[in-house]
Amino acid sequence: MPNLNDILIMLPEFYLVAAACLLLLMDAFMKPEQRPMLHWISIAVLLVGIYLLIVGQPEQAVTAFGGMFIRDEASEILKIFALGTTVLVMVYARPYLIDRKLLIGEFYTLMIFAVIGIMLLVSAGNLVTIYLGLELLSLSSYALVALNRDARLPSEAAIKYFVLGALASGMLLYGMSMVYGASGMGGTPSLDLAQLHNVASYTTAPNLLLFGLIFMIVGIGFKLGAAPFHMWIPDVYQGAPTPVTTFIASGSKLAAFGMAYRLLSSGMGDLSQHWQLMLAVLAVASLAIGNLVAIVQTNLKRMLAYSTISHMGYLLLGLAAAGPEGYAAAMFYAICYALMSVAAFGVMLALTRAGFECEEIADLKGLNQKSPWMAFLMLLAMFSLAGVPPLFGFWAKALVLEAAIHAGMLWLAIVGIVFAIIGLYYYLYVIKVMYFDKPAEGSVLQAKPDVSLRVVLSLNALSLLVLGLYWGPLLSWCRHAFGL
Amino acid sequence: MFTHLLSLLIWLPVAGAIPVLLAGSGRPNLARWLSLLVAVLTFVVSLFLLVQYHPDAGGMQLTESYLWIASWGVHYSLAVDGISVALILMTTFVGILVIAGAWEVIQDKPHQYMAAMLILEGLLIGVFCATDALLFYALFEAILIPMFILIGIWGGPRRVYATLKFFIYTFFGSVFMLIALLYLYQKAGTFDLATLAALPLTMKEQTWIFFAFLIAFAIKVPMVPVHTWLPDAHVEAPTGGSVVLAAVMLKVGTYGFIRFMLPIVPDAGEHFAWLVIVLSLIAIVYIGYVALVQEDMKKLVAYSSVAHMGFVTLGIFIAFLLVRESGNIDMALLGMQGAMVQMISHGFISGAMFTCIGVMYDRMHTRQIKDYGGVINVMPWFGFFYVLFAMANCGLPGTSGFVGEFMVILASFSANPWIAVFAAFTLIIGAAYTLWLVKRVLWGDITNPHVAEMKEINGRETFVLVAFAAAVLALGIWPQPLVHLMDSSVSHLVHQIVIHKI
Repeated sequence: MPNLNDILIMLPEFYLVAAACLLLLMDAFMKPEQRPMLHWISIAVLLVGIYLLIVGQPEQAVTAFGGMFIRDEASEILKIFALGTTVLVMVYARPYLIDRKLLIGEFYTLMIFAVIGIMLLVSAGNLVTIYLGLELLSLSSYALVALNRDARLPSEAAIKYFVLGALASGMLLYGMSMVYGASGMGGTPSLDLAQLHNVASYTTAPNLLLFGLIFMIVGIGFKLGAAPFHMWIPDVYQGAPTPVTTFIASGSKLAAFGMAYRLLSSGMGDLSQHWQLMLAVLAVASLAIGNLVAIVQTNLKRMLAYSTISHMGYLLLGLAAAGPEGYAAAMFYAICYALMSVAAFGVMLALTRAGFECEEIADLKGLNQKSPWMAFLMLLAMFSLAGVPPLFGFWAKALVLEAAIHAGMLWLAIVGIVFAIIGLYYYLYVIKVMYFDKPAEGSVLQAKPDVSLRVVLSLNALSLLVLGLYWGPLLSWCRHAFGL
Repeated sequence: MFTHLLSLLIWLPVAGAIPVLLAGSGRPNLARWLSLLVAVLTFVVSLFLLVQYHPDAGGMQLTESYLWIASWGVHYSLAVDGISVALILMTTFVGILVIAGAWEVIQDKPHQYMAAMLILEGLLIGVFCATDALLFYALFEAILIPMFILIGIWGGPRRVYATLKFFIYTFFGSVFMLIALLYLYQKAGTFDLATLAALPLTMKEQTWIFFAFLIAFAIKVPMVPVHTWLPDAHVEAPTGGSVVLAAVMLKVGTYGFIRFMLPIVPDAGEHFAWLVIVLSLIAIVYIGYVALVQEDMKKLVAYSSVAHMGFVTLGIFIAFLLVRESGNIDMALLGMQGAMVQMISHGFISGAMFTCIGVMYDRMHTRQIKDYGGVINVMPWFGFFYVLFAMANCGLPGTSGFVGEFMVILASFSANPWIAVFAAFTLIIGAAYTLWLVKRVLWGDITNPHVAEMKEINGRETFVLVAFAAAVLALGIWPQPLVHLMDSSVSHLVHQIVIHKI
């Protein structure tokens, strides 16, 4: 029987579920002219959620519902940043949604449900919770991608995302069933991650266990968007409405890291020597495909999609290191990536108007002459993504490289750094277009006058510089979460 | 006086760039005066280094150290020795001159230009006083950003190609250094340079780290065969960009050699000294010939920079050879001393040469040698300065160019006369390409009617050229203060390479 303590541990999640349902009701009963209020209400809901997370943070890791749900520091950090970046996405999305008449309650409720999915995923203590969180996040994301249901490209992207996502979920579920089976051979079958941790030591079917592990890694690879399971990323990024892309590129990546950490470290920790190599292979493939293919892209969203793939390669370097240092570095990387990509997409959203999607790289031509501040913010985001010091992205890269070297995988670090050089080109190209090219004839690039967007976006992009100069506390926090 | 002099020197220009950017948009003159004010202020503050740094005491002084990243043990730690002081003074000095030199030349977004220059200056000062390897690396890479913008926005027709090449090339080199530093961090548990210098390393480790450092710094210097970004970057950069690039940025590479390679991997350094010496000689001789055939003035001076920087690397590694193989510490000191003097001297001479070319380019908008001829007839004062700097460039006694080269040649003679013979070639080739350049540009009759319309240098340009000329002559006639400033630091360096680490 769930007791009050269980509910208190999951209070932020319960609160968000209640708030999302309430939002749905409000949307149904509000007068049309009051609907724009939903925007501010949803942001307030999320901010209160962050407050609840911080206030209710337990002293040490606690579990609820018989180990189904774990609330520890790692999950707290991921949740706070997932909620935070979602607030950013909502702020950036407002003018875009108003211009396209998409400012509807569904957007906000789906976003909040997706965030609840993320929260479940990163707190999962059981294979079932993982699957539950994953599906909640994925189903909400599919619907969000298809938000603009009359347009052709988003619908195509949504269907592609759905079909491939369903396939990946199937793989994951299949893998889980194998692991469950293996745990039952020689012991009591279990879905609990803590108990699965030492399955390898007693199971009479080690091959079955490995078989299951491989399928689970496919599921993780898909969610991260690591090559060779990256096929959906470019099309979904390009086809989805830009705010949704922003969400998929930020909060969703934090969730993917959380899921990988829970499944691999908590659940399959004993098999680390097996999955380390698999992750290393995924990392190399992602670095290569992401960086090389991004070079030839002309569409900024698509370019950032390939850049995501390469960044997931770096994140995997940290995960593949398979130790507290590696996890801390990978989590730091995931947070850093979420902040950088939100900033980059934020500038695109700020420049988008009714009837003009700022999404080709060429659309940014001469931005420095039209709007120097926006160009500067984008410059910060690009240099940070490229990993040039003193920006935040550099330190995240240095951390995962250090983790890889620490784990004795010097070769992997060298591969990573070589692809960082290749990747540099396409970020510099964006800066080239903004700063060195003259604006196109009749170009009307200008930033939205929306005050909240401008202020928040500026803070977001400047945070890349500030965190680049002083990243110690965040790193300490991440390391503390993994007992360092 | 100042308790945080070094931090002040780094952050004053960087912070000064912010009001320039904010106030200067739409008010170009305000931006110019503000940035000049910041540059002059920085220079004045940097003069306090001469007061607060005690050359005779030696060692690293004016230390500032704060824990920056606790969980990695990274410190924000700064300190200077004589070499750093000399380089910082040169940076702040050149900083004023490039701002003054760009005054009305840069019409397009001057506030951004000036701000980029100031940020660049601050970061360069930071590179010269960082004593934490990771801090050094961050600053070392960060200087690429303002330079990338400077070349890309205000450069010549092929600026985009040049600036991308510049950025990617240098980035390529330095990332391997990052791996080496991370590896060293694994071994030592710190990024503190003094601790890394005392860290025992096997020959195999030293070899790998040596090459990682070599790629990073050789590209920055640049050494043959990784110098190809330099002519492109120089040719396309705006005058101020070329001046900073040649005068200060190239020194970052050689500074890296003495701060990282010498103390951390001395045994590998000894083992591969021949490689660097051969590359330096190729730079001196072969690149000298390459400079001879250039038709673009800026390219010619760019190649001559590569040749002159060859002397710096030659001087540093000759010292290796002398110390390790013949135990001749005195000669090693001389070679190292010469390399350091050459670093400073080349900063002023190349800066002055690029300024001269900029002066002509502003009037004629061409850098081709064939478009000129007889300039002395219309610009006699300019001609005077141009000839002076040309003479310094070929190492005429009495100018700063002579001192460093002479010391290095002398030291290499005692290591191996053949090295000295090749190094001395520069006296002929250097004179050939420089004097031939002067002949074709300044002397002769005016053939191009546009040359006849060229106006004599104005007060601002005269100020810049006089300042450069004063520095070049002062160092040439009386190098003693500079040598004294760096003396104890240089001997410390030489004694550092005596120690075996295996």
